[in-house]
Amino acid sequence: MKTSTRALLLMLVLGLIGSVPGFLSSDRAKAAANTGPPSSNLTRAHLKQKYVRPASIPFPADNLYSKDRELLGKTLFFDPRLSQSGSIACASCHNPGFSWGDGLPRGIGTGMKQLGRRSPTILNAAWSDLLFWDGRADSLEMQALGPIASQREMNMPLDAMVKVLQGIPEYKALFASAYPGEPINEKTVARAIASFERTVVSGQAPFDRWISGDESAISEDAKRGFDLFNGKAGCVQCHSEWNFTDNGFHDVGFEDSDRGRGERLPLEGMQFAFKTPTLRNVDRRAPYMHEGNEQTLAEVIDFYDRGGDARRKSLSPEMVPLHLTAQEKTDLLAFLSTLTSVDKPVAFPSFPR
Amino acid sequence: MINRIIFGTLSVIALVTLSAFPLLAADHEITQQDRHFSQTEITIKVGDTISFKNDDEVTHNVFSTTPGMEFDLHRQAPGASSTIPFNKVGDAEVDCSIHPRMKLLVHVR
Repeated sequence: MKTSTRALLLMLVLGLIGSVPGFLSSDRAKAAANTGPPSSNLTRAHLKQKYVRPASIPFPADNLYSKDRELLGKTLFFDPRLSQSGSIACASCHNPGFSWGDGLPRGIGTGMKQLGRRSPTILNAAWSDLLFWDGRADSLEMQALGPIASQREMNMPLDAMVKVLQGIPEYKALFASAYPGEPINEKTVARAIASFERTVVSGQAPFDRWISGDESAISEDAKRGFDLFNGKAGCVQCHSEWNFTDNGFHDVGFEDSDRGRGERLPLEGMQFAFKTPTLRNVDRRAPYMHEGNEQTLAEVIDFYDRGGDARRKSLSPEMVPLHLTAQEKTDLLAFLSTLTSVDKPVAFPSFPR
Repeated sequence: MINRIIFGTLSVIALVTLSAFPLLAADHEITQQDRHFSQTEITIKVGDTISFKNDDEVTHNVFSTTPGMEFDLHRQAPGASSTIPFNKVGDAEVDCSIHPRMKLLVHVR
């Protein structure tokens, strides 16, 4: 071989090696979305790095964690006296037995009347930027008081709630330990409930053990499902990272009149958009979607497979028919089931009298 | 005669100076990648433009609702770029409506 030919070959090889890191970084999802599932273990290994769990729960500087705050918040969260009727607690709709949802298509509010949207889980809410399906609260502290004061939900005017709590002698010590020198008021109630909610975190699931290196933690079907999730099925475009949400808002093409985020942010692209929910413990949280219309995860996959139902300007450009095979749908279901953790039962608090 | 020459010269200088002003307006590029803007704050001069380039793998929707500085770039597919002029002094909060975590503060001076 001539020297010039060898040099040319060497340049070609070096050029190919040089292009690999580029492919692995910014072009990764583009390639995955365009060409189907990742084709090599190297690509899968790179994808797995995106799903490492965070080391700690984020608490805001003005409401740092303490055990006393968690205890007070948990007590308030389960206490039905925060509602006007004395019979509805935060935990009525965010029930730990249903992975912190209620297992219903739509929540039930005051007077046993059905609400407009499904009760979202509070799992991993510590990592949410905006709360509620339409993102109308920008902190858990702000969110916590919303359903209490809502006339359709717990129907408790906040000043009346404060009076009720001030009239329960044993709450005084709990508040004093959690927020020394501060009164029992709307602010301390909201901060305590938010503190507790931040501690509600999904546990280690088989998926997490796989991400940590245990190859036997999930089945081969589930691994193919992971590839599809990040590739042909495109789920990752919204259900991204360890909590399987981009904390964003998308119109996924559900036929209904609820404009969701569009009611809060009147942009064309936000009409009919709803917050991306986490997929943690998802196979324990049927029914699905913001109105609970889909009974099973198989139905949800069929919905996305046909690119949603509504055709309108606000429909997310990511919503396109997927043409998944029956085997691919089965693999996706197998993957989704690996996101469920077996968590310890939650102890019911004793209420102050 | 001398006055005419001086007036003429000054006029030419004024014209050249005035016509040069638009050339002073600069364009600044802000990219979107991994659901983040490439920076969280930027200071620009009034009349400058910002080109928002979607270098990400997902759609973005850059907008501002700051009074007097409102704009909506609508959905930007990966690879797309749009340019917006900032013609008013002040601070504009620029966000992505799809991904509220993406925030950019534009100081127009």
